[in-house]
Amino acid sequence: MLHRESGVFKTSYAADMALYPLPIARWTVAAIILLFAVVLPLSLHEYYLSVINLSLIAIVGALGLNILVGYTGQISVGHAAFMSVGAYTAANLAVKLGLPFWVTLPAGGLMAAFIGAIVGIPSLRIKGLYLAIATLAGQLIIEWIINHTPAISGGAQASIQVPRPALWGYEMKTQGQLYFFLLFFAALAILATLNLVRSRIGRAFVAIRDQDIAAEIIGINIFRYKLLSFAISSFYAGVCGVLYTYYFGIANYEAFQIGVSIDYLAMIIIGGLGSVLGSILGAVFVTMLPIVIRLTMEPLAGLFFNAGEMSSVIASTRLVLFGGLIIFFLVVEPEGLNRLWRNIRNYFRVWPFSY
Amino acid sequence: MNYTTRWLGAAVAAGALALAAGAAYAQDKEVVFGLQCDRTGATQTVGIFLCPGYHDYISLLNSKGGVEGFKIRVMEIDHEYKVPPAMEAHERFKKEGVVLESLYGTPQTAALTKKLEEDKILGTSPGFGTAAAADGKRYPYVFPIAASYWSQGAAAVAFAKKELGGSLKDKKIAYLFYDNPAGKEPLVILEDLAKSESFELRIFAVPAPGVEMAAQVLDITGRYKPDFIITHLFGRSPSVSIKELKGKGYPLNKVVSFVWGASEADIKAAGGFDVAEGYHTLQFAGVGTDFQVIKDINAMYQAQGKPAPKEQEISVFYNRGLMIAALHVEAVRNAIKAKGGAKPTSVDVKNGMEAIKGFTLGGMVPPMAITPEDHEGGGWVQVWTVKGGKLVKNGEWFQAYRDVIKKHLAAVN
Repeated sequence: MLHRESGVFKTSYAADMALYPLPIARWTVAAIILLFAVVLPLSLHEYYLSVINLSLIAIVGALGLNILVGYTGQISVGHAAFMSVGAYTAANLAVKLGLPFWVTLPAGGLMAAFIGAIVGIPSLRIKGLYLAIATLAGQLIIEWIINHTPAISGGAQASIQVPRPALWGYEMKTQGQLYFFLLFFAALAILATLNLVRSRIGRAFVAIRDQDIAAEIIGINIFRYKLLSFAISSFYAGVCGVLYTYYFGIANYEAFQIGVSIDYLAMIIIGGLGSVLGSILGAVFVTMLPIVIRLTMEPLAGLFFNAGEMSSVIASTRLVLFGGLIIFFLVVEPEGLNRLWRNIRNYFRVWPFSY
Repeated sequence: MNYTTRWLGAAVAAGALALAAGAAYAQDKEVVFGLQCDRTGATQTVGIFLCPGYHDYISLLNSKGGVEGFKIRVMEIDHEYKVPPAMEAHERFKKEGVVLESLYGTPQTAALTKKLEEDKILGTSPGFGTAAAADGKRYPYVFPIAASYWSQGAAAVAFAKKELGGSLKDKKIAYLFYDNPAGKEPLVILEDLAKSESFELRIFAVPAPGVEMAAQVLDITGRYKPDFIITHLFGRSPSVSIKELKGKGYPLNKVVSFVWGASEADIKAAGGFDVAEGYHTLQFAGVGTDFQVIKDINAMYQAQGKPAPKEQEISVFYNRGLMIAALHVEAVRNAIKAKGGAKPTSVDVKNGMEAIKGFTLGGMVPPMAITPEDHEGGGWVQVWTVKGGKLVKNGEWFQAYRDVIKKHLAAVN
């Protein structure tokens, strides 16, 4: 339609390096930024912002997991544990040393990256399901250590209340204020990932995913890049955990248990392995779909049932619909929502002259 | 456009106006409650009995004309025992203008504590959350409204003392607990009491998911041989503990369980009431269907031509739902009375909750007194014992070692 894709007219390295070479893509991105930074926060009710906030946090975590699982081909079911490492690091720094979020957030990420690299060591020798079990062990060990170390967990309750994030004395506590806080870091994470995956490091990850022996032969240091992948992925997870901590105002390891790791794996599989857009779509899908289903069902169920029955019906039907829709989307396009979106886009790219 | 359609249009418009006016009127005379539930997640075995109890109490109340002329609308959200949906539920409730929230789950309570305070909406967390939340000055908008794990620990020790003949000197007590923060929480109280009552305490942790505890039980029954066992388990594990202890020949009348290992469902899963004969349970709401309020609910259903709710089968959880709903309604009643019949805000309801005193719902609710300082209401429990195929009341409501609990609450800061 509006695309101008004929020929390569690049005259500078900058033009060649651009994330979005086409003008229409740049306009679209600008429009999306405008939408999220100005239009949505001004027009949406706080409730809808809270739903977007949850999605923004999930996007950071999903991007991290996709770097590891989608780009490097190493499976991890310990993602939630790395989040808890970030969460407790930040909470301890924020409470015991009174540090602001712009110190605790990278610190939480770095600590998670360090722990993640250690948990990733088995990946040097084992692959696939075996690695999944090794990372599962990592998840349980980290949970156990936090639960049994009062110096980390802050006492029997294993939860540490943190103050709201503040910038130059301005405290962010309403959903609207937290929206900008989370949007900034989610946008940063997206931008960083887009650039990472087309860098030398990102290409090395993909080479390892596709055939690690071949990658080693062409000169990629498997040891370094596999652990780097675990570290970067865990850094994102740690940041995600810190964001959760500031969003809820508390670090609590019970919010980062094995089920959460599975949820994040579901996000990237539904969204599409090895794609940035897929991580975003998957995170939004898994976070918002149950809510959307409930919002649509509430007026419908209200016609047939009283309040008590309605709650029971909605709760059960929602699970059925959620599961059904996941199966539907995966059957329609096994490579995830990202591929589905690309198929649609490619169809309309030459529409109506498809030949 | 002919006359018919015009008249029809006018009629429709008038009808719509009337409906809108009616809705507006209904909203003036309506109070909204937010109910967080877990009907489909990790602890669904509680939620599917507790939440219907809550709804039934509110339906009964509405069928009798509501509270002080206000109807109550319950908005329920199932958070599947996950934390992020609990925040979404809270924001949704806020949008709907709820005056209070019923929280569900310890991590969810923790995650919402700060937000509830900022939004000035009270949340009740009976049987969840931190024991420190009993301190209303420190946690102004969280109301445990039931015995915390600290109070339960103290009550369990007091009960053991009574059962062992009035003295715990040189007795051995085993504490079998789920290895999570909730399971470890009462330890400080138990250790403190072990010193003051001079009994020996040994702890046995059961790791998640708690369905395998043969080693711990063998250690308790074969090696430690305690005079009494206090158990604090969740989910499937209480039934496993009953089965294992029974299998090793330990007398179950020397075992007392905290409130989440205390339902008919746990006993049935352990092999039935015959197997669990003698097992003691702590309860923060009355057990069984022998209460006037349950008869009223069944009469309401009968009038509609429906059978009594099958959820009453697990009366431990069903009655807890009734109790939570009843206390919520009393808080709103106090708030409306204090405002002279006007619609209460969430802050009014918080003050109303802090004025609850002497409300017992025919013995189902303990004689608690909630005050601005004490959001726990005194930490009352009742012991119910498995006897002859059902849970039988074993003594009246009691509270134990309040001075110890108060000392620890003061030390939290």
